[in-house]
Amino acid sequence: MLNRIFALMIKEFLALLKDKRSRTVIIVPPLLQLIVFGYAATYDLNRVPYAIYNEDPGAASRELAARMEGSPTFHLVADLQNDSQIAPMINARKALMILHMGPHFTRDLLLDQSSKLQVIVDGRNSNTAMLALGYVRNIVSRFSEQWASEHGGVRPPARLNIRTWFNPNLESRWFIVPGIVGLLTLVVTLLVTALSVAREREAGTFDQLLVTPLHPVEILLGKVMPGFIIGSIEASFIILVAVFWFHVPLLGSLTALYTGLFLFLLSAIGVGLMISSIAVTQQQGLLGAFLFLVPSIILSGFATPIANMPPFMQDLTLLNPMRYFLVIIRSVFLEGGSVSLLWPQYWPMAVIGMVNLSIAAWLFRHRLY
Amino acid sequence: MKTMKHPDSTRRSAGMRLHGMIRKETLQILRDPSSIAIAFVLPLVLLLIFGYGVSLDAEHVPIALVVEHPSAQTSSLTSAFYHSPYFDPTGYPHIRQAEEALREKKVDGIVWLRDNFGGETLSAGRSPVGVFVNGVDANNARIIQGYMEGVWAKWLEQFSAAQGMSVEMPVTLEQRIWFNPGLRSRDYLVPGLIAVIMTLIGALLTAMVVAREWERGTMEALMVTPVSVREILLGKIIPYFILGMGGMLLSVAMAVWLFQVPLRGSLWVLLGTSALFLLVALGMGLLISTLAKNQFMAGQVAIITTFLPAFILSGFIFDIGSMPAAIQWITRLIGARYFVAILQTVFLAGHVWPVILANSLALLIMGVIFLALVKRRTQKRLE
Amino acid sequence: MPSFPADSPSMEASLILEDVTKRFRSGGRIVHALDAFSARVRRGTVTGLIGPDGSGKTTLMRLIVGLLLPDHGRLTALGIDVIRNPLAVQESVGYMPQRFGLYEDLTVRENLDLYADLQGVLPEQRSARYSELMHMTGLARFTGRLAGDLSGGMKQKLGLACTLVRSPDLLLLDEPTVGVDPVSRRELWSIVYRLVEQEGMTVLLSTAYLDEAERCQEVILIHQGKPVGQGKPGDFSARLTGRTFHVTSPVVNKRTLQESLARAPGVIDAVIQGDGVRLVTAPGASPDPAVLLPGRSDIRVAPVFPRFEDSFVTLLKKDSENPSPVFGKPDRRPAAPTEEDVIVVQHVKRRFGSFYAVKDISFTVRRGEVFGLLGANGAGKSTTFRMLCGLLPASEGMLRVAGKDLRRAAAMARARIGYMAQRFSLYAGLSVLENLRFFSSVYGLRGGNQRKRLEWAMNEFQLGSMADVISGNLPLGYKQRLALAAALMHEPEILFLDEPTSGVDPLARREFWNRINALSVQGVTILVTTHFMEEAEYCDRLVIMADGEILSQGTPADMKERFRSAERPEPSLEDAFIGLMETRQPRELVS
Repeated sequence: MLNRIFALMIKEFLALLKDKRSRTVIIVPPLLQLIVFGYAATYDLNRVPYAIYNEDPGAASRELAARMEGSPTFHLVADLQNDSQIAPMINARKALMILHMGPHFTRDLLLDQSSKLQVIVDGRNSNTAMLALGYVRNIVSRFSEQWASEHGGVRPPARLNIRTWFNPNLESRWFIVPGIVGLLTLVVTLLVTALSVAREREAGTFDQLLVTPLHPVEILLGKVMPGFIIGSIEASFIILVAVFWFHVPLLGSLTALYTGLFLFLLSAIGVGLMISSIAVTQQQGLLGAFLFLVPSIILSGFATPIANMPPFMQDLTLLNPMRYFLVIIRSVFLEGGSVSLLWPQYWPMAVIGMVNLSIAAWLFRHRLY
Repeated sequence: MKTMKHPDSTRRSAGMRLHGMIRKETLQILRDPSSIAIAFVLPLVLLLIFGYGVSLDAEHVPIALVVEHPSAQTSSLTSAFYHSPYFDPTGYPHIRQAEEALREKKVDGIVWLRDNFGGETLSAGRSPVGVFVNGVDANNARIIQGYMEGVWAKWLEQFSAAQGMSVEMPVTLEQRIWFNPGLRSRDYLVPGLIAVIMTLIGALLTAMVVAREWERGTMEALMVTPVSVREILLGKIIPYFILGMGGMLLSVAMAVWLFQVPLRGSLWVLLGTSALFLLVALGMGLLISTLAKNQFMAGQVAIITTFLPAFILSGFIFDIGSMPAAIQWITRLIGARYFVAILQTVFLAGHVWPVILANSLALLIMGVIFLALVKRRTQKRLE
Repeated sequence: MPSFPADSPSMEASLILEDVTKRFRSGGRIVHALDAFSARVRRGTVTGLIGPDGSGKTTLMRLIVGLLLPDHGRLTALGIDVIRNPLAVQESVGYMPQRFGLYEDLTVRENLDLYADLQGVLPEQRSARYSELMHMTGLARFTGRLAGDLSGGMKQKLGLACTLVRSPDLLLLDEPTVGVDPVSRRELWSIVYRLVEQEGMTVLLSTAYLDEAERCQEVILIHQGKPVGQGKPGDFSARLTGRTFHVTSPVVNKRTLQESLARAPGVIDAVIQGDGVRLVTAPGASPDPAVLLPGRSDIRVAPVFPRFEDSFVTLLKKDSENPSPVFGKPDRRPAAPTEEDVIVVQHVKRRFGSFYAVKDISFTVRRGEVFGLLGANGAGKSTTFRMLCGLLPASEGMLRVAGKDLRRAAAMARARIGYMAQRFSLYAGLSVLENLRFFSSVYGLRGGNQRKRLEWAMNEFQLGSMADVISGNLPLGYKQRLALAAALMHEPEILFLDEPTSGVDPLARREFWNRINALSVQGVTILVTTHFMEEAEYCDRLVIMADGEILSQGTPADMKERFRSAERPEPSLEDAFIGLMETRQPRELVS
């Protein structure tokens, strides 16, 4: 039996990797996407274009403007001279925000210990707007405190002392790059498995297999193994890139990570093979893979938190293997997660994988046309 | 039955050929439920999943409240958290249990009021309040921090006012958020989603149609008739264009009525720019289809080149301006990028011509390049 | 139009091919699809382009309509230079590709409309033309039906009608009769002749069926991209007059007879036909039984009329360097012929939804028999075949293969059968050796045993030189050998062959059947489906199926005997088949 499964496995590998084009499709796009997405997918703001409209001749406004200019988050694009320039700046997206200091900014500060800084933000991308406002608020409050201590003003009675665990500088790349491990592993595994049965059906080789004494479980194992091996190798490579290229800290145990990867591959291969054995043609297989892939990325918490979804949709994510794997990989990378802590994430993937693989094996023989 | 050649009859037969191609393609669309499904059911389902599934607005964030020494002040602060729509606090008797809960992801943050939390320490300017936030999801963590600071500032103001103190800072920020004052993330995500979904649909509709004709042998039969390449391509583009516009209208209707995204620009500008974008999406699909010549390759290439790039590189969710310069350059190759900019502007800001025109021009150039490439690669030869 | 002198060659010939050469690159090798091909097609004739698959027929057709550019040479169609002016050619030539581009999701009428639009047929001309075409093809009743719902023969006729919406001067038909049942085949031919007579069309038609050559007025033989001969089909056969015989023996098994005759001196070709062996001898060779098989006096040699196939094979054999292989010692001692039934089919039905693809069939196959399953597409023979291989469960009835009930012990039965699918269905991306190694492992061979069988396959099928070639790039004949080798790795008791030789050239087909005969002599039972009527002659017994039922069952000779009549003293199996179908026809009309 082992001999036969081994033969099947060798055959699958040869079929996948011997052809140059199919080899390219499996290897090149994921790696390109890893690098491009690793850099592109970030919520951190960088060189946010802003403009200053300073009507105040005083020193305080200049001081505040200088602080803004000194921040790497912001990038000054224009110095406005009058009101009418504001709207075109924002509308045409030349600047994300405008800092407006009125003519009496410094005077008010000196006399009343209180002055207003007007910030106009482009809210079209609300997330960017919110983050940019946060940064400005930080700069302004630091300026205020310093001003107060220098000029004897009121100081806040108490401050929130906020500390972030696991990701002290709140780098969103630390969050996204481990997510990409899951994303690309899923894409590759599906590409390898979702068409494998349909392709053999179309080529007639599946019938040739079915007339041999092979048991469906043997055929299944022969199909599962290549997905496993290719998936693990690519995932490991992406993990290496995440650690050594993107410098994401890897704190937890590799055992916990690879247990998760093993189960994730199992469930992804299960879904892929099930799609493949339902599909009559490769086109259907492809469409099926696509229809599974798109929602499972959206509903995995890859880019936006699952907690923000309406409850029924949160329940839907429970069926999505990627959801569990993202929790595991982020936990192992950043929180130092361990096998015992991640147990609630492991078993659902195992169940999803086993159910799908059983259905696939059953369909091998019972799918009649 | 030789037809005489004079200009009039040439034009007439060209018109007849185009008409024949369009009718054929239309009938095929009508007979094959899958293209109708792709054009209408897919946007419906995807927009529902995306529209509800993709949100950056945290609400009911579970947090742990640890009060070491209950007093009037602590209870006024905790009730501020309890009353905030953003938080869903749970009380923990000791910081250690709260930390355990944070580690187990039962809560996303901890607010820790130490035993020195009281009137006198408050005025002394020390910080008796500890806050811990799970920073794994950096963006979400920042948003949660923002909410916490908001609750804190509001409480502090009320508290100080009650004590006859002013806590006003020297410089106060007066923020005006244009276009989306409530900062509802859905208002900017949904228009962007339309671009992502239409990229998918445009490519899925056409990526296989040329490949399919090659595989079924119908292309060879077409090639030996007097039909020209231009007529074959127009015969494909026109019906799918109409179908795509139908899907587009459906998406816009859902955005406006279901997701309540304001449409500040006019429908006509929206439709005009959508038409341009659809040409790019269909052109890309046709190009994939023409180059691949078999449905399998066409499908694989379509998956790799459409969804993920449109999702990540279009600026629909990740800000393009913050990407490294090299990556920003790559995003210029993504048609969805221009359409996202147009959609977000037309929906939320209205007619900002510099944005609309510049991006439309980019779309036009891309569309022309794609279609020209398709035309060049489709020859009336089999090699 | 400028007038040409009546005897100008361009008026005389509708199509002139001069030195046409076309090369393709395939898997790193350069394949000469056409090699300095020259030929002429006379105006107003039906010319057949005859050659096996892969001989360059389709490439030639595509070159003529300007879909491909030749590397070298000139093509002139209807006086137009194809290379310089492909559009003008496409406007006046009708071309029906092998897989005609019918839109299966459009109706018959909509398909016609599309091609009328594309060909510039004015709306006012259409109704007359349509009714003419529909009448000619017998599709008038089906104009509202989807093309995908038509039978294979009707599709082919619709394809022809679409090609003819604008009456072309030159009509090119690329294998129009492939996959079409014999009845529809006859109808297609009569349409073609009607066109030539009524509309003065010139027709060039390619086919791999050698028996169709005799229906052409002129034939061009093509083999490996080169013209092998051109002339009237009768001329080819006439050359063999007096050299073709039918040999029978009341004592010796026809297979043993064929085997020994094939090696006899002066014999060019020996194939099984009916209850005897058909023989083509070298010029001047004596058909004397004493010379053919010394020491055998019991054989009877009767002269027969030469067929086109005889001459084609004779031509090809003259060219080919390697003589047909001589088989080594049988690797299994000949089994004593037994009456044991190894395949039993009893009242088997197979239903898909409410449609019965197979309606209550019963037959048995004895050990060592070559058993044929004949029928047109959709007759239910594939369904029956798939059920016997265990690929499809029967809805009702009993199936026993190698003594095992397929319902209960399918896996055990599967270990004892070999299966060769219709299309090449080994892994095209794997090399020859990798495929053989894979299939032998799957059947449980390993170690020394496996090595021995691999060696056997390499020698027996002469695959040694091809061991590392990617299977998908193999020439068709080798693919077929490889497929058979893979099916035989585990020395099965029963061999299932699904249309095993479709598209293979006649020499390779002979070679293939020689192997099958050798296997059968060794006691391997062989079940074969085919729609080649000549091939059915090789069977010991056969069933003819139509609409899921068995129309007739018996030996080929019995079948032919039933349709012997005054006007058909020597009926072929195809005559028998058509006769059977015609007796059914009235019933179909009623239902």
